[in-house]
Order: sequence, then C-alpha cells, then structure tokens
Amino acid sequence: MTTGTDEHEHDHDHVEDRGHGQEAERWHGVERALLRMRRVVLLCALVPSALVVAVLLALTAGPAWAAFALLPAAAAAWGWGALERNWRSWRYAEREDDLLISRGVLWRELTVVPYGRMQLVEVTSGPLERRYGLARVQLHTAAATTDAEIPGLVPEEAERLRDRLTELGGARSAGL
Amino acid sequence: MNGTEGAAGTEAATGREGATGKEGAGGTAAEATPVPEDSAPASASASGRPEGKRLHPVTPWRRAWAPVAGLVAFSVHDFERTREWFTHLTPGWLLAAFGVLLPVAAAYGFFSWWFTSYLVTDTELRIRTGLVFRRTAHIRLDRVQAVDVGRPLLARVAGVAKLKLDVVGTEAKDELAFLGEREAVALRAELLARAAGIAPDAAPEAGEAPSRELLRVGTRTLVTGLLLMGTGWGALLGMLLVPVVVYAASGSVLGSLVTLLPALGGVWASTGGRLLKEYDWTVAESPDGLRLDHGLLDREHATVPPGRVQSVRITEPLLWRRRGWVRVELEIAGAGKDKGGVLIPVAPRDEAAVVLARVLPGTDLAAAAESAAPVPRRARWCVPLLWRGYGYGATDAVFVTRSGLIRRRVTLVPHAKVQSVRLSQGPWERRMRLADVAVDHGANGWTAARLRDADEARALVRAQAERSRTGRRTARPERWMTSQTGDGERSDERDIERPDADRDGGAGGVGGASGASGASAEG
Repeated sequence: MTTGTDEHEHDHDHVEDRGHGQEAERWHGVERALLRMRRVVLLCALVPSALVVAVLLALTAGPAWAAFALLPAAAAAWGWGALERNWRSWRYAEREDDLLISRGVLWRELTVVPYGRMQLVEVTSGPLERRYGLARVQLHTAAATTDAEIPGLVPEEAERLRDRLTELGGARSAGL
Repeated sequence: MNGTEGAAGTEAATGREGATGKEGAGGTAAEATPVPEDSAPASASASGRPEGKRLHPVTPWRRAWAPVAGLVAFSVHDFERTREWFTHLTPGWLLAAFGVLLPVAAAYGFFSWWFTSYLVTDTELRIRTGLVFRRTAHIRLDRVQAVDVGRPLLARVAGVAKLKLDVVGTEAKDELAFLGEREAVALRAELLARAAGIAPDAAPEAGEAPSRELLRVGTRTLVTGLLLMGTGWGALLGMLLVPVVVYAASGSVLGSLVTLLPALGGVWASTGGRLLKEYDWTVAESPDGLRLDHGLLDREHATVPPGRVQSVRITEPLLWRRRGWVRVELEIAGAGKDKGGVLIPVAPRDEAAVVLARVLPGTDLAAAAESAAPVPRRARWCVPLLWRGYGYGATDAVFVTRSGLIRRRVTLVPHAKVQSVRLSQGPWERRMRLADVAVDHGANGWTAARLRDADEARALVRAQAERSRTGRRTARPERWMTSQTGDGERSDERDIERPDADRDGGAGGVGGASGASGASAEG
C-alpha cells in the first residue's frame, strides 16, 4: 500500500492521530490536476461572460455601465480561491475496517463506509477528466443515501483503491 | 397429495446426494415432479409448456374488469357521443365485435396464464411470465425480506390469494397472482422454510411454522386512536375550508366542488381507509418471523423473517400521550422508503415494547428511549423551537434518535444494519460548535442525530463505525435456522465471493458449493 502511494506525488499527505482511534490515520489528498481542471472550467465560464457583458453594456448603455462586467470577474477571482480551499478539503483515509472521506469547507462532511458494506465500487472518468489524467471512485452501499465519492485520483491510484476495496469488502462481507 | 410428494422428495434426495447439492438440471427436474392435481395435467411439460407450476385458473379474469371500467368511464365522460354511437350500432356490428373481441381477449388471457409459471428450487423461486416478451425472475430465497399473502375482497370471494415477495434491489414487489388460498399458504411456508435453511428435502412438508399471538389491536382502541389523531381532523378541516375559500374567491360552485374531491380522498385515506386496512390487526410470532394479519375487506398476511428489520420508528401523537399509546412502523429493505410498513397501528407502550423486543432482540424500548440525551442548550440558536425535541442515544443493540415536539418520534436503527455513517456541519452549526451525525441503513433511509456537540459528534462517528462493525459480527445468519457456526453458504451479490473470514474460521477453506451441501446434510 505504501509503495503504491509513494509512486504518486500527493501534495498534502499527512499522518494524523486524533487520540480517538487506536491506529494512526493516513489521510490522502486528491490530485492537484483536479484543481487545475476545475479552475479551467471556472475561467471558461466566467471570463467570456465578463467580456460579453462588458462589450454589450459599453455598446448599448455607455462605457460606465461596463463596470458591471466586474461582477463575473470578481466571482472568478473568488472562485479561484474557493476552489483551492475546496480542493484542500477533500481527503480520504483507509482504516483497517472502514474508509473515511472528508470534504467541504463551509458545509463539512465526513463519511464513514465500512468495507463489509460496500456493494459496488465504480471507477469512472469523463472526457475532461481523462484529459487531465484523472478518475473518480464511487462507492455504493445498500443505502442509496450513502454518497461516498472520491474525485480526482490518478487512474492507477483509483484502480488500486478499487481492487483493495473490493478485496477487503469480500473479506469482511456481511449481508444486509 | 402429501404422501406422493413425500415419496418424490425422498427419491429426489437420494438422487441429489451424489450431486453434492449442485442445483443443476437434476435438482430442477426433481423439484418439478410434484405437480398440483387441481390444475396442471401430468402431460403439461410434454406439450411445450415451460416447467413449473401454474397459477390459479381464475387469474385471466382478474383483468376482465379493466375494459369494462374503461368503457363506463368513457360513456360517463362523453355521454352524447356514446349515445350517438349506440344508435349506429346494428346487430351486425355487435356480432362482429363480440365475434372478434371476445376470442382475442380470451386467447390473450388464456395464453398469458398458460405461459406464466413458477418453480421452487433449493435456493431460488423462479417466475416465468410474458407471452411476447418473456421474463424470467430468479429470486434468491436467502435474500427475501418479507413474504405477504394478500387476499383482496374479490379474491376472497373467489377463494384465491396472491403471494408477494420483498427482495432487495427491486423496485416493485414480485408477486404471484393468483394462487389457490391453500396453495398460497403452503407455498409461503415452503419458501420460508427454504429461506430459513431447513434441509431442502424436508422443506416441502415442513408446513406452516406454529405461531404465537403477541398482540391484537381491538376495534375500540383502533377507532379511539384514529379519532385522537391530528391528521384526520386536519384533513376534515381542510375539506371544509378549501371549498369555502375557493367559492369566496371565484364564486363558482363547480370549482369549489372540484376541490372537494381530492380533499375527500385525503379524509378517507386518513380515517376510513386506515380503519379498513388496520382492522383486526394481529401480530404473532413464529420461527419464520413476525406474522402481521390485518384488514377488514382486503385481508393481508405479511411475514417478516427475523433479522430483516432495518429501522423502527415509534410515533407518539400529542393526544395519545395521556393514554400512553404508541404507533410502531418498521422499514425493511426492498419495501421502498415511502412504503414503510406498519408494525402496530396503536397499542399501549408496554405491549408495544414486548413486540419490539421480538423484532429487535436485546432491545428494551424504555431503556432505548431513556438513553436519548437532549442536545446542548445553545442549539436553540440553530433550530429555535424544535431543538427541545432532538435527542440521541445508543444502547448495545441500537442507535436511537428522538425528534418532534407535538408528535414525538423515536427512531431505532440496529447497529448491525448501519451501512455508513456521516457527519455534517454547516457554517452556522460550526459557529455554535454543533454537528449532525446521520446513519444510513439498508432500507434506503437514514436517521440523523441532530445538533450534537461537535467534539461529541466526532467521537460518535468513530464509536458508531466501531459499534456497527462489531454488531455485524454478532448478527444472526441470513438463513436463520442454520446454526451460527455452520454458517454454510454465504454469497453476496458483489463482484468478489469468498468465505467470510471474520465469522467462520473453521469453514474458511471450504468453497461455497461444498459448504452448502454440508449444511443441508447436517439438517
């Protein structure tokens, strides 16, 4: 497991012992490429709209009105930072018997999924994600309300995680 | 019939011993031999019909009322045109209609009945349906969550019943409609016996497991309980108010009458409909699980095998509190979230506690309700009034949450049924150092311990994950009649199958198929 993770560069892997669990938890972050991808998407949406607003208002209502174009620009600037904070908040840890996924800045969520409860582990990768060399792992339990998903993993890590989870899930399997 | 079946059964047993429990063609043929005398001729399989038993011959008639009802609805809807049509109807037309439509409908009914069959094997119930689009459903018996025998009013008159199965992962219940009443009960007994892991050869004759009555809700209690519920009165008030408001606003009598109709439906659903459905509610206990029998016109007989309950909710409306009455609902995987079944419509708290102790072994209702600790006082800034209602607790067996002020609700989720644990915290909650902890259970639902202290919540998530892990280890096996150690065949609908290393170390090296044959030989 350690060799698997060492191969990939993780920006903020760290070991943490909160004193509750017996074992130290090794938290992994998600790939920085995810942040790059999301920032590109953000800019692709907001920069053209700022330009369109500026040009249209300058032509129709007068140059002073073009200042409204600052709104999308400000949103883009705020989103630039917010995406980084959000990206930093995504972490997961494989414990002996369960997987922890933590995310969110304003609305924080921590999900604990026991390995024995996993019904299906899915690795997906959309065209944009493939462009950035990313894949996401989604875990399904018998409860549809379990929304355990880890975006932004390199495909090798995603596959390693999938194999490990299904292996552990088989070993610790339990019925409903 | 019993004698011949027994003989066939023993022959099959000797034949199968060599095949080591493999459910191949041999096993299937052996199961197909007992043929019900009433409907299927012995030469049925020779004439190209699929193997297995057939439904009751009354089945084709069950949809006969649909075209008639459609015709009636159309004639009411467009009366003038219908009359015009009728004047054009000549005897020739009528004859042609009857000459063509009737045979076609009859043929459809006959063939759909002819091509529907079911078959019980050692591990599965197979249902084949469909005339043009064939459908074969293989239902794994150890995954059956509940078996219901339903007897709607007309079916009761005809002496037939339908059998419904709750299975995980399917939206609708798989049902066999209709079977002869005695046949339905016998089939239910057989399915439950097989699901329980009773030796396959003994299962057909195992018969109905004996049951012991735990609780019967009297008509008086039921009616009083309904009268003291807020919903019926609320619906009645709405029914009276809405048409008046509509009339005052629009001045049209017809409009207000139109709004009356759905309101009438609402009132009926929360009063009369519930009375009809919950009439003579009986809860009985048997080795097969819990038996629920109820209904005045349409009788329902549900069986919930042991260990299938995912969550239990105890509701206490305001006006019931003085009498100490409660309503108990339970959620079963496969039944769907909104179709949560009722366990007890109304009963005194101590009687409900007795039933609950059977549903969730090792759970004491009073102790569980007691364990729910209130939330910190500062939670009033998050949820102003209702914060007083929230509470959370845990016993050895269940996760307990409490909510509601006027209508108090206590929800219990067995630790063994917890699928995942979530902690969530919004910005305002973080300011108040509070957090919510939710557990998801297998019936596609969740219950949340709201507004706990943040540190407590964090510790709670870890503790709950640990509790559900150990709870799963001690949970009883899926086939409840097999012993805990000889866990036998354990296979899941997941991509990897291997023997459970946690539970049965002894059988660790034995594969699934040989494990199954070992278990059947023991019994």
